Order: sequence, then C-alpha cells, then structure tokens
Amino acid sequence: MLSKEEVKYLADLAKIHFSVEELDKVTAELSEILEILSEIKEVDTEGVEPTYSISGKVQPLREDVVKPSLPKEEVLKIAPEEQYGYFKLPRIID
Amino acid sequence: MAYKTLVGLEIHVELSTKTKIFCGCSNEFGNDANTQCCPVCLGLPGALPVLNKAVVEYAIKAGLAFNCQIAKETRMDRKNYFYPDLVKGYQISQDDIPLCSNGYIEIDTEEGPKKIRIKRIHIEEDTGKSIHTESGDTLLDYNRAGVPLIEIVTEPDINSKEEAQKFLDSLKATLQYIEVSDCKMEEGSLRCDINLNIVDDEKGLKSNITEIKNLNSFSAVGRAIEYEEERHKALLEEGKNTVKETRRWNDVDNKTEVMRSKGEATDYRYSVEGDIAPIKIDEAWIEELRNNMPELPRQKMERFIKEYNLPAYDAEVLTQSKDLSVFYEETVKLADDPKQVSNWVMGDVLRRINDEGVEVKDLKFTPKDLAALLKLINEGKISNNIGKKVLREMFETGKKPKDIVEEKGLIQISDEGQLREIVSKVLDENEQSVIDYKNGKTKAMGFIIGQVMKATRGKANPQLVNKIVKEMLDER
Repeated sequence: MLSKEEVKYLADLAKIHFSVEELDKVTAELSEILEILSEIKEVDTEGVEPTYSISGKVQPLREDVVKPSLPKEEVLKIAPEEQYGYFKLPRIID
Repeated sequence: MAYKTLVGLEIHVELSTKTKIFCGCSNEFGNDANTQCCPVCLGLPGALPVLNKAVVEYAIKAGLAFNCQIAKETRMDRKNYFYPDLVKGYQISQDDIPLCSNGYIEIDTEEGPKKIRIKRIHIEEDTGKSIHTESGDTLLDYNRAGVPLIEIVTEPDINSKEEAQKFLDSLKATLQYIEVSDCKMEEGSLRCDINLNIVDDEKGLKSNITEIKNLNSFSAVGRAIEYEEERHKALLEEGKNTVKETRRWNDVDNKTEVMRSKGEATDYRYSVEGDIAPIKIDEAWIEELRNNMPELPRQKMERFIKEYNLPAYDAEVLTQSKDLSVFYEETVKLADDPKQVSNWVMGDVLRRINDEGVEVKDLKFTPKDLAALLKLINEGKISNNIGKKVLREMFETGKKPKDIVEEKGLIQISDEGQLREIVSKVLDENEQSVIDYKNGKTKAMGFIIGQVMKATRGKANPQLVNKIVKEMLDER
C-alpha cells in the first residue's frame, strides 16, 4: 500500500503536479497495480542471476571517428529562446 | 594533536578521444557554442546512444595504470535528476559495476611509500556547460554534453593536504603519460571534489563528512583541506559537530561555504540503461593494452635515478611531465653530464616555462640547442652566467646558441695578457679599494672583480679573473 506522501514525493521527482483529487486517484490506482505486481515477489529467486538484458546481445562498440554535427541553426531551433548562440533559460540556482 | 584527517577524492577527467562517448560529434575543446551537437547528445526522442570503443579503451588504460581490476562484463546505468545542463533528465553513468575497481596509487611520504586505494573508475557522459549572466539568465552550451568522462573515486586514505597534492600530481602525470587526457584544470578537463572528516580515536570523536566542490586548482584542494580540517576541529572542540553537507570552495575569500540547496531531496533512482546492451571486455583486449602500456612516471623516475645517477628529487621533478622528461632525456643523449643537464632543465628552463605558462612542446629551442649551449660552457667558450643570458635569448628568439654568442660578441675572454691589462686599469681607477684590501678588507677584492666583469660586460673568464686580481693585488 502506497501512502499519499510517497506518491507526492515521486510526483515531485518527476516534476508532475497533482491536484488533491488526482493525488487520491493516482495513489489508489498505483497501490492496486503494486499489489498485483507484488505477486512476483513470491517467486523463489534463490541462486538466479539478475537479468539486466533480455536480448542476449552484446553492445557493439563504435570506432572513434568524427561525424558531422547538426548545423548550429538546427540545434538552436529547439531552444526555448536563443542568445549569442546559446540556449537561453531562466536562472537556475545551484 | 590526536586528530586524524580522512580525505577521499572524486576526480572527473575528460578523455581526449576524437568523438563524444555516445555519438560521432567532435570532442574538441574551445569551439563556438552548440556547434558540436546531434540528436544523440541533445537527447532528442528516438536517438540511440552507441558506445565509443576508444572511451572503453582509455578507461581500461587508466585502470591498468592505477593497478585496478578490469570488469569482464559491465553495463551502463541511468542516474536520474532534473537540471537544464542534462538533456535527457538522466545521465548515462555506471552504478554498481564500474569498469575498473580496487586499484591504488603509491605516493612517497615522510614515513615512506604509501598506497592510496582507488575504489573505482567508471565511465560516464559530461553535461552541458552553463553560464550565468549578470541579468540573471542561464546560457547553455551543449558542446560538452556527451563528452566522455572517467570518474575516479579513492578510499579515504589521504591524511593531509601534502598527501592529496602528491596523489593528484601522480594521477595527473600518469594520465598524461598514457595519453588519455590533457588534464587541464583551467579548461575543466580535470575536476576534483573532496570528501573530508576528522576522527580522534582516543576520545572516540568523529566529525560528519562534508563534501567540497568547485576546486579550480591543486592549490585550492590543499587550502580547502586545511580550512575544513580547522573548521571540523573547532566544532568538535566546542562539543558540536559538522553537518553532513555539500560545500563550495570560495577561492577569493579562501574558505568553504554551504552550497544553496535546490530544496529537494537527491534521489538518483539508478536504473539500467536499456538503450545500451551489456558490455563485454575481451581478456585479449586487456592483455594487448597491458602489453602496450608506456613507461609510467614512477618507472621513469626510478630509471632516471639509476641510469643518470640523479638525486631522487631531480628525477621526480623531471618526470612529473612527460614532455619535460623527453626534453631532458634527448638533451642528455647529446651532452656529457646528466646532472648538469638536470640543473639547467629543472632550473632556468622549467622556471621560465612555469613563469610564462608555456608548454614544453612550444619552446622555440630544441634539446639539441640546449646541449650545444652546455657544450659552449663546458669548453670554456662562455661562462655559466653568460650561458644563462644566452638561454634567455633562446627562449625569446629561438636562435642557435652559437649564433647568439657570435652576434653579441659573448665569447669568453680567457687571454691572460688581455685580462691583466684590464685588471691593471681597474686597479688604477680604484685606488681606495686597493688600500682597503691591503688593510685586510678582503671584501674589496670582490668589488674589484665586479668592476673587471663590468668592464668586460661579463665576458671575462671568472676563474681566471679571480686568480689575476688576487695576484696583482698582492703584487701592489
């Protein structure tokens, strides 16, 4: 069973805002999903290696050869705002 | 003092591969903002990262140089956090299976050699670079997003700022020797964070660990350690303790200060990077890299002591930089006296390099030129002091020592008759000094010699002048 606080915490991490009603609804739904999924915990995994990948593939490595980048104008098209060739964003506190 | 300082370092090093870690964008430093970006390093939906072989290779080389075990199988993980310099909302890094682990760097301390353990070295991508403007905006350049990094994490085995300095010097020299990074702290290609606390085992006291960021030089690392040691100690003495927190080094005020918190918990929620399959490292590849490992600074230092009969101090200074060690060795091959070459390279050459912040490879003269200069001195053609003047000229113009000596008429005067004439004239002009000398003021002789050197613009053979002045003074 998930608490509303836990859901609120996850929502904050994901930068999602819930209204009071939405938080109630999502908490109930997520709890239900977790309960169904918790059945998986009953499987005995003693001595089973964790599975990180199911494709069985090994990562191919790329040769270190330079390829053309996007033109600067194309890159800056996705910027919310541009200044001096940079992406301009509101101040961030660090 | 019963307190013991425990320092662990986290060092981020940008690798000098040609391309970024997951895409073919150029990894060159210093170009126009946002000109080295593509869908992968901008984190556009649907773009797939493909790991650069050279990044794995460089990291393994670093691991081998620092005596690490290399993982036969590893993977990449996602480290989640929101920050505008991170395009995807997560950084591709490595969590519980770093590529290299359990290594060490050996440093020399007053109590003898000491091993500083390296816990892990993992590969990850760098973030974009943000600039905060005076008007309060943030400007972002994503050329750095996706630049390959290794993060080197030590165990808390460092007990003083001196040890930290030695460790970092050795780390940097080694990484430069194996040519995986240029390690320029001023360009951000080497960045170092400190974790520090102090303990008093007898009293059972222990301060909480603080993390210090924003260290922009090795000297700042030392000063930050010193500052934090004192701060931790003062709090413990008062019966208080430090707060477990991240602090920023303020280089202007020479102190650490609390970093403003972003007001939210850090919860990286590591998860497997599903876009990159497991990475297998072939044993044969590791062996090939091990066999092709160049001579490392410590090995070179030991060889210099043995082969050139140099004091340990000389050997250490000369091998701290690969370029300098090569310059030294090439000069020695053409010269007679390894210790004399060491004195010149460590002295006038290195001093000038440091003062002007130039690189050895940008010097206007070659080892051959330096050897030729030393030969002129050793053959008595010019004096040691004139040699220093000639070297200054070589730094500026790159002219050959022989040409400088000829052009400026610096050939040493070793003709005894000619020198006697000059000395005689100087003695006539300085009767008071002659009288002083006769009255037992031996200092007066130094003055006379100075006048002779002045009259010959430093070209007189100093040993000969000494002898002649003494003789002629005694004759009067």
